Amino acid sequence: MSFHSCSLLKSAELWSACAAAWIAACVPAFAHGFAGDRFFPATITTDDPFAASEMSLPTFSEIRQPGPPPVKVFDISTDLSVLVLPRTALTIGDGYSIQKVANQNARTGFDNATLSGLYEFFENDKHETITSIGLIWDIGGSGRKSLGNPSFSTWTPTFYFGKGFGDLPDSLPFLRPFAITGTLGLGIPSSSGTQSSPNPDTLQWGFALEYSLIYLQQHIKDIGLKAPFGGLIPLVEFSMSTPLNRGVDELTTGTINPGVIWSGQYYQVGVEAIIPVNAHTGHNVGVIAQVHFYLDDLLPKIFGKPLFGR
Amino acid sequence: MKAATKSLFIACMLFLIEECWAHAFVDHAEPAVGSQIQAAPTQVKIWFTEKLEPALSKIQVFDSSGLEVDKRDVKIDQSNAALLTVSLPKLKPGKYKVVWPAVSVDTHVTTGNFTFELV
Repeated sequence: MSFHSCSLLKSAELWSACAAAWIAACVPAFAHGFAGDRFFPATITTDDPFAASEMSLPTFSEIRQPGPPPVKVFDISTDLSVLVLPRTALTIGDGYSIQKVANQNARTGFDNATLSGLYEFFENDKHETITSIGLIWDIGGSGRKSLGNPSFSTWTPTFYFGKGFGDLPDSLPFLRPFAITGTLGLGIPSSSGTQSSPNPDTLQWGFALEYSLIYLQQHIKDIGLKAPFGGLIPLVEFSMSTPLNRGVDELTTGTINPGVIWSGQYYQVGVEAIIPVNAHTGHNVGVIAQVHFYLDDLLPKIFGKPLFGR
Repeated sequence: MKAATKSLFIACMLFLIEECWAHAFVDHAEPAVGSQIQAAPTQVKIWFTEKLEPALSKIQVFDSSGLEVDKRDVKIDQSNAALLTVSLPKLKPGKYKVVWPAVSVDTHVTTGNFTFELV
């Protein structure tokens, strides 16, 4: 039934039913980042569980990696996600790296590209919960080898989850803006390496703990925050990797990334510190910043619905 | 030729971005979200960040026993299509829950709820 044919209907009930049908036909059912009342931002160093059309452009990071010799690494990257089917998105990403060693010329080149797919298989709006599965392909040899990009690929089947705490009891109002998203993946290299340089399977895990001032202001208590502060989501992300086999007796490496994301109607901006979780990871604090566009809102004619299917 | 290509590119981009979509978030409400108020309100007003689709956006107000107490006369303000209102009868002191689904004119749906307390 078309929208215009609805206007011929006289009764309010029929009008409402018709309008509901029109909306059902028009609404992109899988808008970015929502589970029930909860809006989840796109996190920066860990993946979020939502299949959506979106683009990070750019993501910039700077950190000094341990030596010898120590290397200062600047990286600028982008990734593009497209909703290809309902609840299913494909993402391609790559970056350009500049590595500086004291008293040497900078080395530059592209990182290994990544290609990934994600499928949302469960969503519970009442409990602000979503879970997804996906596969990440780090494409070996696609980046410059002399920058440390491996020549072998790594396949990482990954489980994603998101949970908002808006369903906590009313007696805990100021805990309800909290939410968590996270990933758990098994990184499987296409080459097991050599005895002197093994490539272990790795457990890739991470999570982001968020406190949404948007949720606080809209659902709990209006504390009078005006723009832009009302759109802030302070968060801390944990991004970790644990070797599992091939005689690699090494600690978990990773970073803890406290920061803040500001979310607007069409894009978000985020910045986080990069703090090594242990000495094996490094000693220096870095920074990462990102501008992220919600393509489904910004370019609805192209990305407002899945490329295939409804 | 270059100018024509440039014009075509700009025309394409304008066509693509002429109409952005957005979700309707709550800008502010009256009574305010989570507020304690002394005087009984005659209306609940919610200002959203986007213009709303009148047929599908609504406000319901429930008392602490879950009974709907509003007058079911939800309407969009004539001078501000982002303002949704519903009238209330004379309320008794107590805690009230406001529930809203909001559909912006581009058909994006958001939902939410908040409480206020009449003391």
